[in-house]
Amino acid sequence: MKKDTFEPYNISDNDFEQCVKCTICTVYCPVVLVNPDYPGPKQAGPDGERLRLKNPDYFDEEALKLCLNCKRCEVACPSGVKIGDVIQAARIKYGTKRPTLRDAIMANTDLVGTMASAFAPIVNTTVALKPVRQIMDKVLKIDHHRIFPKYSGEKFETWYRKHAAAKQDGFKKCVSYFHGCYVNYNFPQLGKDLIKIMNAAGYGVKLLEKEKCCGVALISNGLVKQAARQARHNVRALQKSIVENGHPVVSTSSTCTFTIRDEYPHLLGVNNEDVREQTELATRFLFRLIDGEKLQLVFKKNYSARVAYHTPCHMEKLGWSIYSTSLLQMIPGLELMQLDSQCCGIAGTYGFKKENYETAQGVGQPLFTQIEEADVDCIATDCETCKWQIEMSTTAKVKNPVAILADALDIEATQALWQQQ
Amino acid sequence: MNTSKDYDVIIIGGGATGAGTARDCAMRGLSVLLVERHDLATGATGRNHGLLHSGARYAVTDHESASECIQENMILRRIASHCVEENDGLFITLPDDDIAFQSLFIDSCQKAGINAQAIDPDYARLIEPSVNPELIGAVKVPDGSVDPFRLALSNVLDAKIHNADLLTHHEVTGIIRKGDRVTGVELYDHQTRAKVSYHGKIVVNAAGIWGQHLAGLAGVTVNMFPAKGSLLIFGHRVNTMILNRCRKPANADILVPGDTICLIGTTSERIPYDEIDNMYVSTEDVDVLIREGMKLAPSLATTRVLRAYAGVRPLVAADDDPNGRNISRGIVLLDHQERDGLSGFITITGGKLMTYRLMAEWATDLVCRKLAVEKQCETADNPLPGSEKNDFSVKSATRKIYSGSRVVQMSAQDRHGTLASNIASSDMMDDAMVCECEGVSIGEVNYAIKELHVANLIDLRRRTRVGMGTCQGELCACRAAGLLGEALEETVQAKDDLANFLQERWKGMYPIAWGETLIESQFTSWIYEGIYGLKPENN
Ligand SMILES: Cc1cc2nc3c(=O)[nH]c(=O)nc-3n(C[C@H](O)[C@H](O)[C@H](O)COP(=O)(O)OP(=O)(O)OC[C@H]3O[C@@H](n4cnc5c(N)ncnc54)[C@H](O)[C@@H]3O)c2cc1C
Ligand code: SF4
Ligand code: SF4
Repeated sequence: MKKDTFEPYNISDNDFEQCVKCTICTVYCPVVLVNPDYPGPKQAGPDGERLRLKNPDYFDEEALKLCLNCKRCEVACPSGVKIGDVIQAARIKYGTKRPTLRDAIMANTDLVGTMASAFAPIVNTTVALKPVRQIMDKVLKIDHHRIFPKYSGEKFETWYRKHAAAKQDGFKKCVSYFHGCYVNYNFPQLGKDLIKIMNAAGYGVKLLEKEKCCGVALISNGLVKQAARQARHNVRALQKSIVENGHPVVSTSSTCTFTIRDEYPHLLGVNNEDVREQTELATRFLFRLIDGEKLQLVFKKNYSARVAYHTPCHMEKLGWSIYSTSLLQMIPGLELMQLDSQCCGIAGTYGFKKENYETAQGVGQPLFTQIEEADVDCIATDCETCKWQIEMSTTAKVKNPVAILADALDIEATQALWQQQ
Repeated sequence: MNTSKDYDVIIIGGGATGAGTARDCAMRGLSVLLVERHDLATGATGRNHGLLHSGARYAVTDHESASECIQENMILRRIASHCVEENDGLFITLPDDDIAFQSLFIDSCQKAGINAQAIDPDYARLIEPSVNPELIGAVKVPDGSVDPFRLALSNVLDAKIHNADLLTHHEVTGIIRKGDRVTGVELYDHQTRAKVSYHGKIVVNAAGIWGQHLAGLAGVTVNMFPAKGSLLIFGHRVNTMILNRCRKPANADILVPGDTICLIGTTSERIPYDEIDNMYVSTEDVDVLIREGMKLAPSLATTRVLRAYAGVRPLVAADDDPNGRNISRGIVLLDHQERDGLSGFITITGGKLMTYRLMAEWATDLVCRKLAVEKQCETADNPLPGSEKNDFSVKSATRKIYSGSRVVQMSAQDRHGTLASNIASSDMMDDAMVCECEGVSIGEVNYAIKELHVANLIDLRRRTRVGMGTCQGELCACRAAGLLGEALEETVQAKDDLANFLQERWKGMYPIAWGETLIESQFTSWIYEGIYGLKPENN
C-alpha cells in the first residue's frame, strides 16, 4: 500500500507501535503465570519487535515458541495491538530451525489422518498401548501422558458421499460445510449432527471442493509455506461456494474458523476479503437466522441437561461464544453455566509436545479445578482440542454445542414449521 | 579532589571534543582535569544526528571536510567499534532531483577518497526496502551511525585510565588570569552549590558553541555562528542503511538509524547567541521534517514519532567577519597567545562529531608544543575501552541463558562493548529489567551508577538508554529512581530527580504530542501523579 499522507495514528505492521506499555496483556497471558522462562506478550511482542528490527539476532526462538497463540493478550489489549500476530509473524520471519519429524507429523493432520483412518482399529489400539506411548515420548517427544484422539474407521467425507450427498439437492437454500480434520478423521458424528440440524432448518449441506486442512497446526509448527499453499487452495474453494454459488460456509470448529478468517490474511498474507464475512461458525449462523426471525427451532419436550460452557481462546478472540451459549439457552430443560474464560493449555499441537506438557497442564489447572467442582452432566465447547485436553485432564465429558443441539432438537416439528409454508 | 594541584592542562567542555582532548592529553602523559557544567554529551554532542559521515555529504562543496571525514570514519570503525555501526548509506535521486548531479557527486567523492558507487535503483530497493520506491538513482557510500553518548563516555573512561580527573556538574564561571597568562578556572559546583578553583598550565576551551562565552571570560573574542538544527526520533528503525538525498544539502534530507530508533533531520536556522540555551522545536520544524522525511522513506508517514529535539552547531565566524556570513565548517584551533597575546589558553571548536579525534589531536599537539612534551599522538591506533577486540559474545556464551536475560545481555553488549563483562548477571535479580523497551537490567544500572559517573536519572539515561524507548520512562523511571536513590542514599532528592527526569522526557514529546505519544504521556502522568503522588512542585 502506498502512503503519501501523514497518519497521526500509526498503522505499523500489526500495530505494534500502538503499544502504550500498560502491560495488561502480560497479566492476561496464561503462559506467564506458569512458566517464568516466557517473557510474556509485551516483551515477546511489541518490545521484542523493536529490538528485532534493530538486529534480527534478538529473535529468541526458544522463548517465542512458548507462546500458545491463544490471542488472549490481543483481547485484553486496550490499544488494539495484535500481539499474538506480532509473535507468530516474528517466528515466521526470523525462525531458522527446521521443524522436527514430530512437529511435521503432528502438523500434517490431513496426511496423518488419512493414513490413520485407513488403519483405525490398529492405530487406536497401538496408540493407546502404554509401551507405544512410552516410545512416542522418547523418540518423537510426544508426552506419554497424552491420550490420542481416536481415529474413526470411515472418514466423514466418505460417509457423506455414500449417505448424505444425494439428499442435499432437495433443499432450496444451501450452505457449505467446512468440516475440518477433526470431523473428517476423528469424529464424523459431529458432521452428521450438523447436517441433521441444517436439514431440519431447511438448508442443504454441501462440501467444499477438495477441502484441505485449515493449516493451523502447520503455522504453529513453522511449516508456513505449506500452510499458505493450503490457505490459497481453501480460499479458492470458499470463493467457489460463496461468490459463485451463493452458499455461505459454516464450520463446527472455532479454530478452523478463526484461522481462515484472521490468520490467513494476518500471518500467511492470503487475501480472503470476499469470503471472510460469510465464513462463520454454525452456531453463529443459526443464531442470526433465529434472531432475524428467519428460523425457528423446536426442541424435545422431555430434554433435560446441566451444561457448563468453556470459552476456547479463539472464541474469546472472535467474540463469538455468545452465539453458542445463546443457542444452548434456547433449549428448554437445559441449564447452562458459564465457566470462567481461561485457556485449557492445549493450544492445538502445543500441549502434545513433551517439553510443553508441564506448561500446558499448569495453564489449564484452574479450569480443570473449576470443571471438577461444577456439578454438570457435560461441558460444552466449540473447539476440538479443548475437548481432548479437558477429557484427558478431568473426568468430564465434552460436547460441541452443535452435538447438544442435535440431541435436543425435535426434527420433525422443526421441519414441519417451514414445510407448511 | 586536590584543589592545590597544578594540572598540566584543564579542559573545559565534556562534549566529544573535550573528552577526546582529555584522552589524548592523558595518553601523552599530561596531568589532566576535564570540567563539564552539566553532564557528558549535554551540548551539541548529545543533540546531533549521529551520522558517521563518509564525507560524501560535503564532497561537492567542501573537499577538505570530505577528506577529513573519510579518514576519521575509517579510524573510528577501528577504535570505536562499539560506538559505531557500519551500515553504509545511500544517496538517492528522486524524480524531482537532477540526475546530472549524480556524476558530479561521484567524481567529487572519489577525489576525496570516498568509495562511492552508483547502483541500480532496483538493487537499492532490494538492499534497503524502506527507500522511496520512486527513486531513479542511487549511490552507495561508506556512511555509518555513531552513538555520541558512548563515544564521549569511552573517551572519558580512557582518559581516566590514564589518570585524568573529571568533574561533571561543575560550571566554569571565571577564567583566572595572571597578567597575560591564564592560570586556572573558577568553578561553580551545581550539586553542592559551592565555588572552587583549579589551576593549570594550559586551559583548553572545548566548550563548543559556548566557547564564545568562555573566551569572553578569558578576555578574548571568539565569534560563533549559532545554527540551530531540529530532528525527530521515530519509534523504531524503518531503515538499516543511512538514506540521503543526492543533491545540494538541504533540510531534512538524512534518515539515520541509531540503536533501536531512527532519526530524520535536520533543519538549519541561524539563531541569536543569547538563545543557544533555549532549545525548542517549532511546529514548522516538525512539519518540514515529516514532509521531507517521507520522501526518503514513505513508511515514516505511518511510524510513531517519539520525540523532537534541537541542537546548535558550533560553527565559527571568520575573524574578519563579525556578521558571520563567512562561516567555516572546518576545524578551528585558536592559539590565543599568537592571536591575542594571551598565553596558556587555546580554543578548539568548529568541526563535527565525526572529526572530534582529529580536533583533539590538533589541540593536544599544540598543548604539547607549549609544554615541550614530545610524545606522539596514539589515539588513532589504540581502541577505546569497550572496543577492544574480543571473542566475548552472547551467541557464543555456553552457559544457559534464560530468555529474559538474553535481551539484556545482548543490549548491554551493544551499549558497552567488552565492558559489558563488568555487569553483574549472576542471577535473575541482576538480569531483571529496569527498562523493558531498551533491555536495561538492574545489573547494568548498578554498574553505571558505580562506574560511569552518574549523578542523577538523566545522566543514567545517557549511560544506559533507560527511558529512551517507546514508553519514554513510563515504566522504568520509578524503578531506576529506586535503584539510584538506594545507591546514592538520597531518597528525598530522588523524588525531585524523578520529576526532573519525567519533565525532561515530556519536553521532547511536547512538539509531537499526538496519537499514541500523547496517550502514552497522559498515561505516564496518571501513573506518576495519580498513583505515586508526584506533585508539580517536585519539579
Ligand atoms: C542538529 C545537529 C546535527 C548534527 N549532526 C552531526 C552528524 O550527524 N555528524 C557529525 O559528525 N556531527 C554532527 N553535528 C555536529 C556535532 O554535533 C558537533 O560538531 C560536535 O558535537 C561538537 O562537539 P563539542 O564537544 O565541540 O561541543 P559540545 O558537544 O557542544 O560540547 C561543549 C560542552 O561544553 C560544556 N560547557 C559549556 N559551557 C561551559 C562552562 N561554562 N563550563 C563547563 N562546561 C561548559 C557544554 O555543557 C557542553 O557539554 C551536528 C550538530 C547539530 C547541532
Ligand atoms: S497469544 Fe496467548 S500465550 Fe501467546 S503471548 Fe498472547 S496470551 Fe500469551
Ligand atoms: S496490552 Fe497492548 S498496549 Fe498494553 S502493553 Fe500489551 S500490547 Fe502494549
